[in-house]
Amino acid sequence: MTEPALHGVVAEFTTPDGLVSACRQAHAAGYRRMDAYTPFPLEEVAEAIGFEKTQVPLLTLIGGILGGLSGFMLQYWVHVWAYPLNVGGRPLNSWPSFIIITFEMTILFAGITAVVGMLALNGLPQPYHPIFNHPRFSAASRDRFFLCIEAADPRFELEETTRFLQATQAVDVAEVAD
Amino acid sequence: MMEQPPETNASTAVEERLLPGQAPVLTPGHTLETVTDKIVSIVLRRPVTLGWLGGFAFFFGLLNMMLFAAAYLFYRGVGIWGINIPVGWGFAIINFVWWIGIGHAGTLISAILLLLKQGWRNSINRFAEAMTLFAVACAGLFPIMHTGRPWLAYWLFPYPNTMGVWPQFRSPLLWDVFAVSTYATISALFWFIGLIPDLATFRDTATNPVAKTIYGLLAMGWRGSARHWKRYESAYLLLAGLATPLVLSVHTVVSFDFAVSILPGWHTTVFPPYFVAGAIYSGFAMVLVLAIPIRRFYGVEDMITMRHLDNAAKVMLGTGLIVAYGYLMEAFYAYYSGSAYEFFMMRNRALGPMAWAYWTLIFSNILAPQLLWIRKVRWNPLMLFGISLIILFGMWMERFVIIITSLYRDFLPSSWGTYVATRWDYAIFAGTLGLFFSAMFLFVRLLPMITIFEMRMLLPQAKLSEEVASHD
Repeated sequence: MTEPALHGVVAEFTTPDGLVSACRQAHAAGYRRMDAYTPFPLEEVAEAIGFEKTQVPLLTLIGGILGGLSGFMLQYWVHVWAYPLNVGGRPLNSWPSFIIITFEMTILFAGITAVVGMLALNGLPQPYHPIFNHPRFSAASRDRFFLCIEAADPRFELEETTRFLQATQAVDVAEVAD
Repeated sequence: MMEQPPETNASTAVEERLLPGQAPVLTPGHTLETVTDKIVSIVLRRPVTLGWLGGFAFFFGLLNMMLFAAAYLFYRGVGIWGINIPVGWGFAIINFVWWIGIGHAGTLISAILLLLKQGWRNSINRFAEAMTLFAVACAGLFPIMHTGRPWLAYWLFPYPNTMGVWPQFRSPLLWDVFAVSTYATISALFWFIGLIPDLATFRDTATNPVAKTIYGLLAMGWRGSARHWKRYESAYLLLAGLATPLVLSVHTVVSFDFAVSILPGWHTTVFPPYFVAGAIYSGFAMVLVLAIPIRRFYGVEDMITMRHLDNAAKVMLGTGLIVAYGYLMEAFYAYYSGSAYEFFMMRNRALGPMAWAYWTLIFSNILAPQLLWIRKVRWNPLMLFGISLIILFGMWMERFVIIITSLYRDFLPSSWGTYVATRWDYAIFAGTLGLFFSAMFLFVRLLPMITIFEMRMLLPQAKLSEEVASHD
């Protein structure tokens, strides 16, 4: 029987202050493969672990532009090419009356892209993640804050990393299996 | 019944500075554990009570009455309704506009107040969004029923078909299809995205294995990772930014159904802004009608405080005045247009055989809500509840007046008629109330009705200390 592989070392904090300081120290110490877990969004944590930019706004913009174009082109194609119908002598490409559906399609595509894009970039839905092996991880959706330095980090040394995390304000440091 | 603002304690108060006489958004004394436990326990620990069962059974009964009436409607056709010539639009369109308007307050609270950084919205946005979804579902039924052949309602969507025909994109009625279906989709996404972190809390707290599995599946493996939160916040804010122009566009498009026609009483440029204001007006009335009993029966008066009720009342007062301006301008246009037909329509509306409807609406929407200027009224939940019911009724009457009194006496006296709703009209309308409220009853028992993670953000415990926050 082999030992299960190690996912990383997890430190538990009771305050956002403790977590943010520890994240900054870990980043300064050169750790990069790490993640923090909080019961509510804390902007400083993402910054502290070096995650500053998300691609969600760009994706949403692209989705919106595609939605607007397809909305307008659908109406143009239907009314000018596929099914031309003279209504009260108006031009076939009566674009002012196409604006509303173009607008709605822009919002629809942008909104769906924002949601699907966010989930896809986050890798959700995800049926299994090793962090849930931590015995008290359910508190991460309640009142506790966790920092996990992953074994995959090039600077990771089990004993040294554990000692490093113990030196922070962590109330508990534990190893988590993969 | 008046509630006094509690003493504020600087160390636990959510906001350090409260104006004199202002209630806090969250009563002091809560911690990360207590807000979580309190909201979770409503669903996971509280037994099903007789009061809940009774209320649910009543509204579920109404819903079943609608199913019966709808089945008969599909069998016999729209002839069982009171609609006729010249009044081709009756209860179905009135109810459609009324329900879709109610939905607007939910999006206003969740999106527009988020962008305006109104922290007080955090405890009422979840159930207001649920209200939006259920109201849009009720609204959506009516145009489908009104088509007469609801099994062909998919013809409204552009799809390649063997008949070789396409929808008429120049028609406001088709704009409506796109606006309402986009609105329903975006509202559902917004609601679901907001639920994910709370579903994870439910997954982690539930002891019943079935509940744990279901909440776990819905939470999709959410683990509160800092990277996830960052993308999540970004997507949430973007959705709010998208939903804001969307919600304003939806009732604008609904008003185009009327304003783009040439009928006196419908053909006015004031319709879009005044419809949007009216929608928010009735929506906030519904928010109060739901919030006042919920906070009482579920004991969440410390999370949905008097501050929320007070603010909602002020929004109603403001939008109510915009609506009053709309009524005034309608009358002024009729006079100033110099058109005999416009002038006749207005005189017939205010003094003709259906004047009772017009004056009921003036009383319910303009006169009664003026009581909200008085602070004692705004701080009395019972009074607020009553005024909200009056406003909801008044806004329904408004749509009745706009639709019926514009149609029943048109240009030619020889084509005049009248409108009398039948029992089937009433049955279907009451049935949608059943659908709406039975869905709300299920919602408060199955999902967190207050956004837990946003309540956590209101706590002083969740804030970083000065020295950590001002790092580098």
